[in-house]
Amino acid sequence: MGAQGGAGLAAAAGGARTAGMDGERLASGSSELAVGESPRGGAPIPGGSGSCSLMQADVLDLDEDEDDLEVFSKLETRRELEAPPRNHYWSWVLTHKTGKGWTKDDTLSLCLPSTLPTILRLSLCSKDASLMDMNSFSPMMPTSPLSMINQIKFEDEPDLKDLFITVDAPESHVTTIETFITYRIITKTSRGEFDSSEFEVRRRYQDFLWLKGKLEDAHPTLIIPPLPEKFIVKGMVERFNDDFIETRRKALHKFLNRIADHPTLTFNEDFKVFLTAQAPELSSYKKQGPGLLSRMGQTVRAVASSMRGVKNRPDEFMEMNSFIETFSQKINLIDKISQRIYKEERDYFDEMKEYGPIHILWSASEEDLVDTLKGIASCIDQCCKATEKRMTGLSEALLPVVHEYVLYSEMLMGVMKRRDQIQTELDSKVEALTYKKADADLLTEEIGKLEDKVECANNALKADWERWKQNMQNDLKSAFTDTAEENIRYYEQCLATWESFLTSQTDLPLEEDSEDKI
Amino acid sequence: MEQAPPDPERQLKPAPLEPLGGPGAVLEAAAGEETEGTREDSSGVDTMTGNDFWLKKIEISVSEAEKRTGRNAVNMQETYTAYLIETRSVEHADGQSVLTDSLWRRYSEFELLRNYLLVYYPHVVVPPLPEKRAEFVWHKLSADNMDPDFVERRRIGLENFLLRVASHPVLCRDKIFYLFLTQEGNWKETVNETGFQLKADSRLKALNATFRVKNPDKRFTELKHYSDELQSVISHLLRVRARVADRLYGVYKVHGNYGRVFSEWSAIEKEMGDGLQSAGHHMDVYASSIDDILEDEEHYADQLKEYLFYAEALRAVCRKHELMQYDLETAAQDLASKKQQCEELATGTVRTFSLKGMTTKLFGQETPEQREARIKVLEEQINEGEQQLKSKNLEGREFVKNAWADIERFKEQKNRDLKEALISYAIMQISMCKKGIQVWTNAKECFSKM
Repeated sequence: MGAQGGAGLAAAAGGARTAGMDGERLASGSSELAVGESPRGGAPIPGGSGSCSLMQADVLDLDEDEDDLEVFSKLETRRELEAPPRNHYWSWVLTHKTGKGWTKDDTLSLCLPSTLPTILRLSLCSKDASLMDMNSFSPMMPTSPLSMINQIKFEDEPDLKDLFITVDAPESHVTTIETFITYRIITKTSRGEFDSSEFEVRRRYQDFLWLKGKLEDAHPTLIIPPLPEKFIVKGMVERFNDDFIETRRKALHKFLNRIADHPTLTFNEDFKVFLTAQAPELSSYKKQGPGLLSRMGQTVRAVASSMRGVKNRPDEFMEMNSFIETFSQKINLIDKISQRIYKEERDYFDEMKEYGPIHILWSASEEDLVDTLKGIASCIDQCCKATEKRMTGLSEALLPVVHEYVLYSEMLMGVMKRRDQIQTELDSKVEALTYKKADADLLTEEIGKLEDKVECANNALKADWERWKQNMQNDLKSAFTDTAEENIRYYEQCLATWESFLTSQTDLPLEEDSEDKI
Repeated sequence: MEQAPPDPERQLKPAPLEPLGGPGAVLEAAAGEETEGTREDSSGVDTMTGNDFWLKKIEISVSEAEKRTGRNAVNMQETYTAYLIETRSVEHADGQSVLTDSLWRRYSEFELLRNYLLVYYPHVVVPPLPEKRAEFVWHKLSADNMDPDFVERRRIGLENFLLRVASHPVLCRDKIFYLFLTQEGNWKETVNETGFQLKADSRLKALNATFRVKNPDKRFTELKHYSDELQSVISHLLRVRARVADRLYGVYKVHGNYGRVFSEWSAIEKEMGDGLQSAGHHMDVYASSIDDILEDEEHYADQLKEYLFYAEALRAVCRKHELMQYDLETAAQDLASKKQQCEELATGTVRTFSLKGMTTKLFGQETPEQREARIKVLEEQINEGEQQLKSKNLEGREFVKNAWADIERFKEQKNRDLKEALISYAIMQISMCKKGIQVWTNAKECFSKM
């Protein structure tokens, strides 16, 4: 086995700009990456070893050499991998400096910021349908390993999307049993796997819940975007209140777009069906899937294992957990504070509305103060309008973002639990092995599979965690920055109003005084 | 503008020092100079360049307030606040001031002074006192009279009152006012000895007059309407302002909560930590800035309140006019009926029903001598009546003339003061906006560094 190692990679990445087209066939056991027109990346892959181990392949270990980066601003590269050994599959982990990472198990599409060095790590993972909580019902699941084609696209615009989704036009539907709202979902895409380039469907909240459930099942340790709540407990009982519907619509729009932006989830089959199938198709599609009993079995196992608790949570997940706990606390507080600020601003606005007109009333009985009083009234009214604008800004820029992260923090706790569950399964089997000498072989095999599963789950979470954190920072940072900007604009507007009033008042007295001096 | 003829008993004679020019000169100076000294800062520098009766520049200030306990009229323990009034005379051109008098007074003594002035100068729009109890408060301010902020604002209000009286061309010459500033002990007795309470018009009489007067001067009727409107609109404004202040306070203070949470959150963040922490600090600054802002606004509210209370002073002058006018009308009516009676007696005709007519019918005609006697009496009464009517008429016209002069003076003062107050409100708003811009710009910078 050639172990080309890092040097080879660097050379491959940096040096070769020779024209080599796609479709480089891998020698068995090594994986090469053809990038752009040329470079070959080679990486050592210890030959197909036993089903229990994970084989590490470091491909494309780029350094920060500018040359390397230029390479990646070129377009496509296509690679084919040798079929993984029986019961194995390729797993990709892509990380780069800011910690964005994810795994993908069939096709791979990357959008990389061209300024960041990147590491692509290939892992060979063991696959066993009963142990993997993957959604194995996707018709796209390659049954023949040979048909696995891995495509890597490097695009120089990180946000060049090929899937555009909008959620709008809520409509009320009345049946004999119930009344509910559907939302129109329009999808525009250039992806090959979609039959057409534009789709329009109507979905109701229940459908979104179904989709979320499926995504969670398929990717238990990925951070699935949160859905808006079912009901808002306090205040509004009226589900069909306009504000509520609008808020929910925006949140659902966000939900779908976050999935579309997620490097793994965007290729999920259920997601595709959700976006494209008409209502009757969707209903029958939903009926497929693990039967009720097997789902119940899973749930029981999950509950049982969570009751046992996790003994050996790795350090990094301990850190993650404690972060999540604190973050959840703080973001909840921030949510409450922000809502309260909105309420106070609204009350202030209501009182201000009455304040200006009193000055107008007063001016009716004061001949000499008419201008001044009317001027003040007009300033107050303008400030009033500015306040309203500020309120709106707050409710658009800050409140929904903070609230989404409140929901995210709940999601995260769920993800941590699921990860812990997977680990617990392994731990319990290991424990069983030490006690029950019988069935050692079977147990050992199971343990092997579980170890893979744990490793995959952990990697998936780690990678997605980094990505989530990055998004969180960006989102909250812009939300707060926008809020600050709104406030600055508000005060600037008010300042301009009052200053112009002041200049108008302090210019005049020069004339008045000269009249009075008799 | 002219002065009411000073009552020699109540007005001060010029001080021993040489007057600047005779009394006439002082009057002229008073006419021109006016209320430059009224709206000063709290140190109360008031140079009364023409209006002083000491003929030197003086300064009046209410410089301190102190809690005291004592026994009241029913010999019960009570706590009250006493205010220190200092009077300084400013020597010549170098502006050095020498403390000439300093004494302590409490609010009730101020009230006494004002009531006295109301009785003896009914044609003057007497400056009002600051409120006795805190009204138009918003939630943060307490309505407690012992609250230090309230006491402070009252101190300023009392000083303002004294300055206004001192700069009034008529009131400043009053002896009792002079004694108020200079004679601590015994002042109350001195005031009461004037017997002013007895001279005060009864409320009932005044009310009666208001309803029954037939021909009041139209200007006073209009003035009454104006003062009612002024009072109603300023109260409304103050009420809404208090509510707005309340809400504004809420908006600012809630932001303060961000500070604490950001700080706690920053502990778990690596890259965002610094930005969050410093942003949180700015939120704290923002939240605490509202306290000063609203304190300034309280001063503005106090300026408006003064004119709210002035409305009552205006109405008092109108009431006096109505009373005098009613008196006049009643006297004229009396006179007319007496004349008629006289005529009837003389001519022997009975045109109107009268008791005399009745008794005559019942008991027989009276003798010519009796009739003569009665006619004589009546004629005397008529004479007297005519004299009285004449003087009442004169009084009434004098009153109207003087009152109206003072009202004109008041109007100009009001326009100036209110305009200045409204402009100062705009300045306050500008300052508030500037502070807001600064804090949020700083916060934005911190956020963008996150």
